[in-house]
Amino acid sequence: MCGIVGLFLKDRRLEPVLGAHLATMLATMCDRGPDSAGFAVYGDAASGAIKLTLRAPDGDTDFAALAARLGKTAGVSIAARRHDSHAILTLPADAEGRVRAALAETAPEITVVGSGRRMEIYKEVGRPDAVAARFGLASMTGSHGIGHTRMATESAVTTDGAHPYTTGRDQCLVHNGSLSNHNALRRELIREGLTFETENDTEVAAGYLSAKLRAGLSLGAALEHSLADLDGFYTFVVGTENGFGVLRDPIACKPAIMAETDAYVAFGSEYRVLVDLPGIDKARVWEPEPATVYFWDRP
Amino acid sequence: MTTAIDLARTPLRDLNAALHRLAPDTNERHWRVANPRGRHAVACGLQVPVTVEIAGHVGYYCAGMNKAATVIVEGNAGTGVAENMMSGFVHVKGGASQSAGASGNGGLLRIDGNASARCGISMKGIDIVVGGSIGHMSAFMAQAGNLVVFGDAGDSLGDSIYEARLYVRGAVKSLGADCIEKPMHDAHKAALHAVLERARLAGTIDVSSFRRYGSARRLYNFHVDNVDAY
Repeated sequence: MCGIVGLFLKDRRLEPVLGAHLATMLATMCDRGPDSAGFAVYGDAASGAIKLTLRAPDGDTDFAALAARLGKTAGVSIAARRHDSHAILTLPADAEGRVRAALAETAPEITVVGSGRRMEIYKEVGRPDAVAARFGLASMTGSHGIGHTRMATESAVTTDGAHPYTTGRDQCLVHNGSLSNHNALRRELIREGLTFETENDTEVAAGYLSAKLRAGLSLGAALEHSLADLDGFYTFVVGTENGFGVLRDPIACKPAIMAETDAYVAFGSEYRVLVDLPGIDKARVWEPEPATVYFWDRP
Repeated sequence: MTTAIDLARTPLRDLNAALHRLAPDTNERHWRVANPRGRHAVACGLQVPVTVEIAGHVGYYCAGMNKAATVIVEGNAGTGVAENMMSGFVHVKGGASQSAGASGNGGLLRIDGNASARCGISMKGIDIVVGGSIGHMSAFMAQAGNLVVFGDAGDSLGDSIYEARLYVRGAVKSLGADCIEKPMHDAHKAALHAVLERARLAGTIDVSSFRRYGSARRLYNFHVDNVDAY
């Protein structure tokens, strides 16, 4: 199984309650994926800055001291904001390479979960409602976010196996389904120079999209290509800096339901996910078509 | 007399248990259910001729295994609405997700909006009337009954079909293996009219505007030319 949720706000007045709505949606999907959860939230961007989401293997990491140490090595000022096992480092965008290198040197046990002007990614093993509470999702703000609750089938129940997977700066992917050609595709992508951290099928889909985007394709075009190259069952929800997209495989076994009002576009694996959104009774509710790319963004 | 149930206050299992306890001669013949909020298995397994109206969207398997009852969904239905229905009438006023009416043995399922993939898969005698369009692989291995579609049909309609009858008014994207278009004679128009009557839709649409599809019967009978395959 697995559950997916997504919420993209058209009305900026809802931005203060984005996290609250996502937390409710994610909790409803505990039934579909009780073993781990994760989410990406697109919050504020600072001019010229980039955010790195870091994850520590235990709860004892002093992220403020780590940020100070990395800043000293890279010669820049770095702000750290801790959320349980994760922390968001905000640093000058042009220092990202130096900071990543310094991190790998001085704290190899710390994982970079994702990076972006606006994107923050959080994921952990555990019941999705508990995971959301640990990170304080309900009080997060932003323009859009996607989330995932996992019932593992293709690889182990680990934090690395949890979604979302990042596909590049400000880009991430959540997946319900199972890919059947991920091993062959992973080998091809490794030959093209990509690296993979896990045996997970979704990481391959994320890597595939990254490679297409790096080759200059738009997200829409990359998703279109995946219809030809990815074999298996999938409903994908993809986040970008300014929007989100949805794609279902041609067989479309994996469920998907969407709702749109003047204020938002919302996605859920089941309609139950959407029932507490404002004005849902008047929303246009529909099932996205198979093999069709949907995409919403705002300038 | 109407029995009103608010699922915001009454657990779903209590509602279904109360419906299952009804005797065939019950006086509680009209039920109204508020706040379904996409819950799964609402009004499943009913066995007596009562009417259940559901005010909103439902989740999976609503009115599954229905016998004799009338179930009306005033919204959309998730996967497998009226699956394995034996008799009775199920009316979805919105759209339905995949596998609507799957394996149904009898009764009538009416969907006013669209139905997605695999509508009427393995249908065994149920009648399904869809006011909108249906998705791919609909009527896959359909054995008996009628599937009537006012709109279009997706890919591979009627793949590996047995003896079900398919009537589609709009475009068929493609026909599945062994499914062919067949002539629409007066007897078929009369049969279609009878289905529409049962769906309470007779007179709303011209039966001669439909095209008929069914089995070419080349696939499910053993053919001696295929003997080497065994």
